[in-house]
Amino acid sequence: MKPPSFEYSRPATIADAVSMIAQGGDDAKVLAGGQSLIPLLNFRLAAPRLLVDLNRVTELVYTRRDNGMLRFGAMTRTREVETSRTVADANPLLAHAARWIGHVQIRNRGTVGGSVAHADPAAELPALSVLLGAELKVVSPRGERTLPAEGFFHGLMTTGLAVDELLVEVAIPALPHGARWGFREFAQRHGDFAVAGAACMLSGDNARVVIFGVSDAPVRCLTAERELTGKLDAAAVDAAVGRAREQLANTDDGGRRTYEREVAEAMLRRALEDAAGRGES
Amino acid sequence: MSGQRLSIACTVNGTPHASEVEARLLLSDYLRHELGLTGTHVGCEHGVCGACTVLLDGVSVRSCLVFAGQADGAEVTTVESLAEPDAPLNKLQSAFRDEHGLQCGFCTPGILMSLTALSNEESRPTSGQIDEVLGGHLCRCTGYRNIRRAAEKALR
Amino acid sequence: MTFPGRYSGTAVKRVEDDRLLRGGGRYTDDIDLPGQLGAALVRSVYANARIVSIDTSAAKKALGVRLVLTGHDLGKLNDPLPLLGPNPALIAPRTQRPLATERVHYVGEAVALVVADNRYLAEDAAALVDVQYEPLTPVVDLDQAGTTEARVHDDVEGNLAGIVEDRIGDPAAAFSSASHVERLHLSLERSTASPIEGRAVLAAWDPVRRHLQVWDSTQAPVAIKHGLCKMLDLSQEQVDVVAPDVGGGFGTKIMLFYPEELLVPYAALKLGRPVKWTEDRWEHFVSANQERGQVHDAEVAFDDDGHILAVRTSFVHDTGAYIPYGIAVPANTLTHVLGQYRITNYEARGRILYTNKTPVSPYRGAGRPHAVFVMERLICEVARKLGLEPHEVRRRNLIQADEFPYETGLHIDAPVRYDSGDYVKGLEEAVKLLDPEAFRREQAGAREVGRYLGMGMGTYVEATGPAPYESCRGKITEAGHAVFDLAIASQGQGHETSMAQIAADVLDIPLDQVVIRGGDSSRVEDGIGTFGSRSLLLGGNAVAAAALDLRRQLTDYAAQLFECDPSDIGLSAGWFQVAGSPGKRVSLSALASLANAFGYPGQRTRDDDPALLGQLQARADAHRSTPPIFESRGYFGAGQQLYGSGVHAATVEVDPATGYVKILKYVVVHDCGRMINPAIVEGQILGGLVQGIGGALLEKLEYDESGQPRSTSFMDFRLPTIDDLPEVAIAHVETPSPLNPLGVKGTGEAGIVPVSALLAEAIEDALAPFGVSVDRMPLLPHDVAALIRAAKTAKGTAASA
Repeated sequence: MKPPSFEYSRPATIADAVSMIAQGGDDAKVLAGGQSLIPLLNFRLAAPRLLVDLNRVTELVYTRRDNGMLRFGAMTRTREVETSRTVADANPLLAHAARWIGHVQIRNRGTVGGSVAHADPAAELPALSVLLGAELKVVSPRGERTLPAEGFFHGLMTTGLAVDELLVEVAIPALPHGARWGFREFAQRHGDFAVAGAACMLSGDNARVVIFGVSDAPVRCLTAERELTGKLDAAAVDAAVGRAREQLANTDDGGRRTYEREVAEAMLRRALEDAAGRGES
Repeated sequence: MSGQRLSIACTVNGTPHASEVEARLLLSDYLRHELGLTGTHVGCEHGVCGACTVLLDGVSVRSCLVFAGQADGAEVTTVESLAEPDAPLNKLQSAFRDEHGLQCGFCTPGILMSLTALSNEESRPTSGQIDEVLGGHLCRCTGYRNIRRAAEKALR
Repeated sequence: MTFPGRYSGTAVKRVEDDRLLRGGGRYTDDIDLPGQLGAALVRSVYANARIVSIDTSAAKKALGVRLVLTGHDLGKLNDPLPLLGPNPALIAPRTQRPLATERVHYVGEAVALVVADNRYLAEDAAALVDVQYEPLTPVVDLDQAGTTEARVHDDVEGNLAGIVEDRIGDPAAAFSSASHVERLHLSLERSTASPIEGRAVLAAWDPVRRHLQVWDSTQAPVAIKHGLCKMLDLSQEQVDVVAPDVGGGFGTKIMLFYPEELLVPYAALKLGRPVKWTEDRWEHFVSANQERGQVHDAEVAFDDDGHILAVRTSFVHDTGAYIPYGIAVPANTLTHVLGQYRITNYEARGRILYTNKTPVSPYRGAGRPHAVFVMERLICEVARKLGLEPHEVRRRNLIQADEFPYETGLHIDAPVRYDSGDYVKGLEEAVKLLDPEAFRREQAGAREVGRYLGMGMGTYVEATGPAPYESCRGKITEAGHAVFDLAIASQGQGHETSMAQIAADVLDIPLDQVVIRGGDSSRVEDGIGTFGSRSLLLGGNAVAAAALDLRRQLTDYAAQLFECDPSDIGLSAGWFQVAGSPGKRVSLSALASLANAFGYPGQRTRDDDPALLGQLQARADAHRSTPPIFESRGYFGAGQQLYGSGVHAATVEVDPATGYVKILKYVVVHDCGRMINPAIVEGQILGGLVQGIGGALLEKLEYDESGQPRSTSFMDFRLPTIDDLPEVAIAHVETPSPLNPLGVKGTGEAGIVPVSALLAEAIEDALAPFGVSVDRMPLLPHDVAALIRAAKTAKGTAASA
């Protein structure tokens, strides 16, 4: 399976990248890690006229902690998220979840920005962006704007990015001190796309729950969160799981995703039990 | 070939190469057919089987998911670098032979490169780290047990 | 030859490993020839359709294109490809044309060939070939293939390709008089072997030698050569086929003929330039042969003590769009159902049906996994009915050690007669390793805390060494190497090592003086191929025969030079020694150079006595006008298949929330007669059982209602990884076969044969509290979850009724 022909540009700066993408319009695709895009090209499921390769844009490669935020340049490799001391200190949930992104050989190329922009519903980073309230910085010829992750994922592989916009930074809040967290996903084999997964973060009376793999975008479970603002005991876990089940059951997909919902429910329960076992009560 | 051409200059197994290639040429095909380094194999062209794994600037990657042009300015390391033609097999390779860690040999070079990257990063990897690296490779012949034994023997 | 000799029976390290580990393997796509062109195929996008038109005009004008062929350009060459296994059981055999012209019968069927400067350009041009189809209703479900109005082949009614059947004893009487009868409806789904190297063919016509050279990632190069000679109307001297290093076969690479195996050589002839086609993974999923689809109705009659009185099964076999390989797979099922059990009333009838899917030919196991699945599920029914442990029911029905050779009474092409075995010992070993009593306690305790553990077992016999024979050509080179050429080649089985062990022991020479070569028709022009667990058994014995003949020739020559009787010459560790005269000895290397008029010394002559060599040289020179040439031919055919056997057993834990099945412990007791290289044997077992785990729990070929394959990448079809390898304990039982000098039996497929059966039992056992029955495999996690869901619903319904 060989890719079709394309024009290829490898800008060295964000400004150049943005201008090439804008010129390319609908026919251009951004090449970040390539771990999702190149398979599509090899299968000839995509045939962009222009490929804008970001691998030379060194200004997009950074991992910084600034105040309460972890800022990742869009071209930061997901392997860096997994292994960086800075990340482990600021947000151990993120470091833990990164180990579930494919395999080492994929994480060595795949990028934070690429994963978020590609928006695969079974992917970890989009789900965690929503869970943790990430802020996404995007740049276009018209300027710069910051989008909240929640609301960024519109549907299957569809995001709030305009056609001439480039995602340049994913900023994820550090975990509050003493926060408890859980992350569980089920895949047939480790490294496969998740069948479904759940992530939770509890800090004081702030509870966040996200489920992924059951829909075209990560799902935030507000009613489940409301059960988790007090003591995290078995009753709270049961109640939260029950609320999530109700919420998921309200999707009109003709029973197509019954299994994924069952799995998501089990993952949520386990993630909450993990969280109960972490941190202070 | 049609399509845009690029000049690339890269180092492969320590040898500099300057070539003109089509933008869409995959690194796996460049190594195998432009440079004649056929030790790197192609099994799926979508990044799952791992047979094409090489080191790109020291880090293990799927060469079927990198364009040759993206290796411009980079160092690529393939299985042929592990032992000189008239020198004995290196420690990792010998361990595979000792433990019957290969049958048809098609998936083997990719596995050797992933393990080489691991041993470059960790002086004594844990069994978990070894299994994690091996988890990114498909082998249809051996059932993996002897591959694990060989890796443990060489790296621990 | 005494066995084990110096090498046989030992885990000698493999000869082939050095070059493979250096990246020096030469697989077909590794070979690039000057002037080489790349080929791509245009393939059908419909499962069943008429071809209305094929417009190649745009493709022909595309950049770098050298040739675009449709079936209309091929004339007689586009006749249906050979039927490999003609058999009276075939009612309506159909084989594929190299390129479809009127009809397509499966998604992936080849419609046009494009040859361009390279594969990238060939794919570009292939996309420009415009094929107009008129879709027809496809036959997708095996359950409906026999009754649907839709036809795979217009002239084949009921999509019926053939019927295999056999009967022993009087099953009807046994069933009508039995105190217990149980019935099951069982199914196994289609799957695919998926070697990591796909198929590939490279062909080059040499106009100077007037010779066609083909490299093919095949399991049967000699057979391909003979077929090409016939189809291309070339003489035997004009065609050679080499199977270079091959990255796994598992049956997929011995279809004979795939269209590409004819089209690529034809294109090379036509263009006068080398042409290479390398299959990509998507192509492999749609056009490389598949197998395993079969549905059984099975019945067992038994008494109060669990003795099986009779077994009956009527089944349908999915042969896909064509039947190139004849009845092999369903016939194997038929002859393997009885397995290790003494059952004297048996009847089986299998209808072979066409479907609009990729054609079917054997995949490792080749019908035996189905047979074991049927029998072992019946055993579990008997056990369940009588409240016995399944392994106890097995024990009560085993053929005993003193009953060999055991005549089953079945006959398909040849009598089904088990040459040797000790099934009682095998089962005892397996039960000991598994420790069912301890497990039952563990299982009970686990259930109390909401964990679901289960245990399963599968016994099997494996017919190995399908006829007719294998051949070998041996010679001693001037340097004193013993070189053996085989028609067959290895796809990872280690022939270069195991066959060398045999030869070195027969000749009693150092292993490094033996060279084994295979898979090149220019060296051996007769022989069959690597499949059916036959290579070591038939090829190894052919090597032994050739080596024995060489030994005699060498001994005769040594006797001539020493002026004594051949019976006075002993051969040991590469030295020819005159009995009773310690100083009178000559190395194999020296003997070989003495035989040669130019007399270049071999490497080992340095340990020879120079003075003695001088004397021998004089005698050798005196006989130069009739020089000895050490060459031999060895053939071996066993006259019937030889029966390996074994037992696998495992314990599992099922997570009801996700349906995930984790294998906790896996035990294998295995009998392949004498083992030449135990490491290679265990490698085959482990590889087979992991492949079997994949086929039972991970891998599934999905289709939509219109016959479109949905599983066309490794992301959809999930092969096992190291995470899926359980802890495996392997024990061996060796019952040598009396039917060959080496006492060996084949073993290549044994690892995979019982896996689905035992995992079905283990999952059912684990989920017994839910009331789940398992009657189909594979079971992926979502399938297990669905079974639990359905069982819960049924219970809920029953409870409220």
